[in-house]
Amino acid sequence: MKEASKLKKLWLATLMVLAMLGAACGQKAGDTSATGGTSTDDGDTIKVGLLHSLSGTMAISEVTVRDAEKLAIEQINAKGGVLGKQIEAIEEDGASDWPTFAEKAQKLISVDKVATVFGGWTSASRKAMLPVFERNKALLWYPVQYEGLEQSPYIFYTGATTNQQIVPGLDYLKGQGKKRIFLVGSDYVFPRTANKEIKAYAQANDMEIVGEEYIPLGNQEVATLVNKVAAARPDAIFNTLNGDTNTAFFKEWKTKGIAPDAMPIVSVSVAEEEVRAIGPEFLAGHLVAWNYYQTTDTPENAEFVKAFKAKYGEDKVTSDPMEAGYVAVHLWAAAVEKAGTTEVEAVKRAAAGIEFAAPEGRVTVDGPTQHIYKTARIGLIGPDGLIRQVSGSDGPIKPDPFLRGYDWAKGLT
Amino acid sequence: MDAFLGQVFTGLSVGSVLILIALGLTFTFGQMNVINMAHGEFIMAGAYTAFVLQDLIGTDTSLVVALPVAFVIAGTLGLLLELVLVRRLYGRPLDTLLVTWGVSLMLQQLARDIFGAPNVQVRAPGWLGGSLHLAGATLSYSRIFIIGLVVVSVVGIWVFLTRLPQGARMRAVMQNRQLASCSGLKTHSIDRLTFFIGSGLAGIAGVALTLLGSTGPTLGTNYIVDAFLVVVVGGLGQLRGAVIAAVALGLLNAFVEFSTEASIARVAVFVAIVAFLQFRPQGLFVMKSRALT
Repeated sequence: MKEASKLKKLWLATLMVLAMLGAACGQKAGDTSATGGTSTDDGDTIKVGLLHSLSGTMAISEVTVRDAEKLAIEQINAKGGVLGKQIEAIEEDGASDWPTFAEKAQKLISVDKVATVFGGWTSASRKAMLPVFERNKALLWYPVQYEGLEQSPYIFYTGATTNQQIVPGLDYLKGQGKKRIFLVGSDYVFPRTANKEIKAYAQANDMEIVGEEYIPLGNQEVATLVNKVAAARPDAIFNTLNGDTNTAFFKEWKTKGIAPDAMPIVSVSVAEEEVRAIGPEFLAGHLVAWNYYQTTDTPENAEFVKAFKAKYGEDKVTSDPMEAGYVAVHLWAAAVEKAGTTEVEAVKRAAAGIEFAAPEGRVTVDGPTQHIYKTARIGLIGPDGLIRQVSGSDGPIKPDPFLRGYDWAKGLT
Repeated sequence: MDAFLGQVFTGLSVGSVLILIALGLTFTFGQMNVINMAHGEFIMAGAYTAFVLQDLIGTDTSLVVALPVAFVIAGTLGLLLELVLVRRLYGRPLDTLLVTWGVSLMLQQLARDIFGAPNVQVRAPGWLGGSLHLAGATLSYSRIFIIGLVVVSVVGIWVFLTRLPQGARMRAVMQNRQLASCSGLKTHSIDRLTFFIGSGLAGIAGVALTLLGSTGPTLGTNYIVDAFLVVVVGGLGQLRGAVIAAVALGLLNAFVEFSTEASIARVAVFVAIVAFLQFRPQGLFVMKSRALT
């Protein structure tokens, strides 16, 4: 059967290429986009790395953090830089692919010899970069809320840890009398760990988890998930989806016609930028938990929003991770000034206790955990795409990445 | 019961998108033995067409206008690919495979350069916003629209293949290229027509996909694997095979996912296909032909 064997060969070949395609998907857009003017080693500049996904499924979120970090660098440079030198940003694209993050981090450290790196969004990218920074004794500033249970000596965490975001979010739901919770998340480390913590909280607080579903990152086919959630009839949905899946999820959810106040979705990875991209009409009335909103009422925030819009356009919005990235750059600069050097160990020592009047309010670096004190805020998404605070903590909360202050969290790892 | 109906609907709607994508593949593969890895990028081209038209003429009408425009744009891209590269590589399936894969990567980068790396959103027109409530299940208008669109496309292709002289020629070449050529058919121009139509259908699929999620440079790669599975299961060059296989795949995926979870559903679908191919390696339907191959 010549026909059959020819077909078989053809299919073998197809399968091979599909496998290659799968491998290549990870590495697509492995293009380097190093910018930042002339890179001289004459000691006039201090180089820092900005490592975010500028392509792929996470680009929707991470590009804006990069923009905010560049704004902070520009502001510091305008005031004379750090230690009398201008900061030079070297950009790399993590391409929404975790091994690429590790690779690019290594490149920034050993080839560009940067003083520090600001980067990452997903916990998977942070976990991939962590060993690189520890091995090289280099410094990473990670600007996004995450699942806690981590404390690397070479990472400063300027986003919220669990007790500054997820726990206050759950407290809010409990206060609203929401007892039956459905958990949806992307299938990687942050949602799975966060949900483990949420389940422990629920057990201790007389709440019931009526379902727990994960979707591969980047997947846009969510109809079945939405059907499942609707069939379970929860009081509220806790959403840890990341990236573009949120777009498909909220579009599909809207077609169910369930009023947001009857069954609110609490998201922890959807901020102003994502609301704008997905379309406010799909999200209005749902809740989010963060530490900062564009509408947060502080004089520093008014200035931050104004400066950001002046640099990037009137139609731009500011969000929590952007603010955390902006704060990270300023905190690092202050620590370098205090230490009098960019040397990593000295900067780490100097960073403890540093305060900064951030757009979200005063933040302080907690020396032992290398996290920062942050105010928790629950926000309601408005039809105009802006988020307004409906509840908040009294002042900044001390970071507790291992949830040592909570009895229900004993035994979580 | 309402959950069951909802899942039937979900399965149908997932399957219907696959039909559009797989139809183009099954014809180019069936007729020319060309495995076109760039097919996914024609889907992407269709989706970006809808995005560009939305800015030009507003969301109310852009979707309807985008359908024929995307058909022509994606079809033209396919035609160009055939004219410039594939034509020179007939009878060398492995080379075509690699070359079209390279083209696919180039087109992705091109889209990234033109539209930026972050995904873009196409707003659905207002009249597709709601949903139909039927026996407890909700059927969204946008998914109903997609199913309707696919039914129209499939009927259109069926009429074309069985009633029109061009369609008859296409089938002739598919069944026996040498004999068709001996009978005076210009097989190469028929190949070009096949490529145009197949790629155009992918463009229409791209427009449909903008209703469900966001549009990015790698939109097509997410669907191309499933589309190839449909082609294998359905049998090469088989309209009804592709339709049945796509719907079966969609339903299987929807129901396994509903009772387990997304990743397990993927595994289950692959296992089912491997098992199926053990018993029917040639797919659901086989083209009967006296061609010597």
